[in-house]
Amino acid sequence: MNQLSVPHLDGNVLAGPLADVFAVDPTTAWHRCPTCRMPSSIGELHVYGTGPGPGLTGRCPGCADLALRAVAQPGHLWLQIGNGAGAFRFPLPHSAR
Amino acid sequence: MSRWLPARLTQRTDQTATGRALRFDVPGWPGHAPGQHVDVRLTADDGYQAVRSYSLAAPSDGRIIELGVQVVPGGEVSPYLADDLPVGALVEVKGPLGGWFRWTPGDRGPLLLIGGGAGVVPLMAMLRARRATAVRTEPCVLIYSVRDPDEVWYARELSTPAAGEDLRILYTRRAPAGSPRPAGRITAGDLPGPEDPPKGPAATTYVCGPTAFVEHVNGLLLSAGRSPEHIRTERFG
Repeated sequence: MNQLSVPHLDGNVLAGPLADVFAVDPTTAWHRCPTCRMPSSIGELHVYGTGPGPGLTGRCPGCADLALRAVAQPGHLWLQIGNGAGAFRFPLPHSAR
Repeated sequence: MSRWLPARLTQRTDQTATGRALRFDVPGWPGHAPGQHVDVRLTADDGYQAVRSYSLAAPSDGRIIELGVQVVPGGEVSPYLADDLPVGALVEVKGPLGGWFRWTPGDRGPLLLIGGGAGVVPLMAMLRARRATAVRTEPCVLIYSVRDPDEVWYARELSTPAAGEDLRILYTRRAPAGSPRPAGRITAGDLPGPEDPPKGPAATTYVCGPTAFVEHVNGLLLSAGRSPEHIRTERFG
């Protein structure tokens, strides 16, 4: 297991930020890591960056490969799914601001 | 899609020296399942906002929610929520959040709950929901690791097991006088083996606590032959 030594939380903490742009709870979404083939849900990802900054990075719990990145801005959520896919900028509905 | 709802603090109960149960009245609260959490947003006078996640400690009860807040020393949000937010004041909450770390009494099968410190909070919602259910045929084991006897949340509710419950408190630094288990970190010997109740490796297992605790317990469970697809974990900082 390739573990980064920085403290991490897990994908449960992504439920709030992602609830603004998903119609269903995303933390049960399943994926298989393209690098190490380990299956996991978003809830099981290791999440870094839960300090005061706006960005969260979700990594494969098996090999720490980048699985997801979310950056909250006033009025927007930048979301990148997978590694190297680029990020989409979602406008947030007014009620979520 | 989710939105921020105003939440009024109605009650604050000390659980430990630094742990609080906070009850909020949230008009429009849609209800939730045990294990889920909310995001709490505080807004300062200058517009600065801070958001943190807190677990729901009780089953759904109309527009009343109960959160468990553990003070993080030097933290930006938790010391304020725990001790300074006046009863009657408003914050904002978003939720319920999280479909991964959740359980309802309708979920079949035996239950193994393992909590470290304030990690017992979402497990308490599960235990309380189970106690409120008339038919409780399947066993439930709670293993609760705390530093010392003063650090036990919900001590009164956990002093008497309900039907089918096995409640075990492990002390890591100081055990009560006469305790058969010396104080120490949770080990493989503290966990039920594959043949102990809750029977079988298929018992659904929920582990919540600080990251190092969750990693440690998860490793013990996998080594003991429990299957990863039956283990659900939630870490906090």
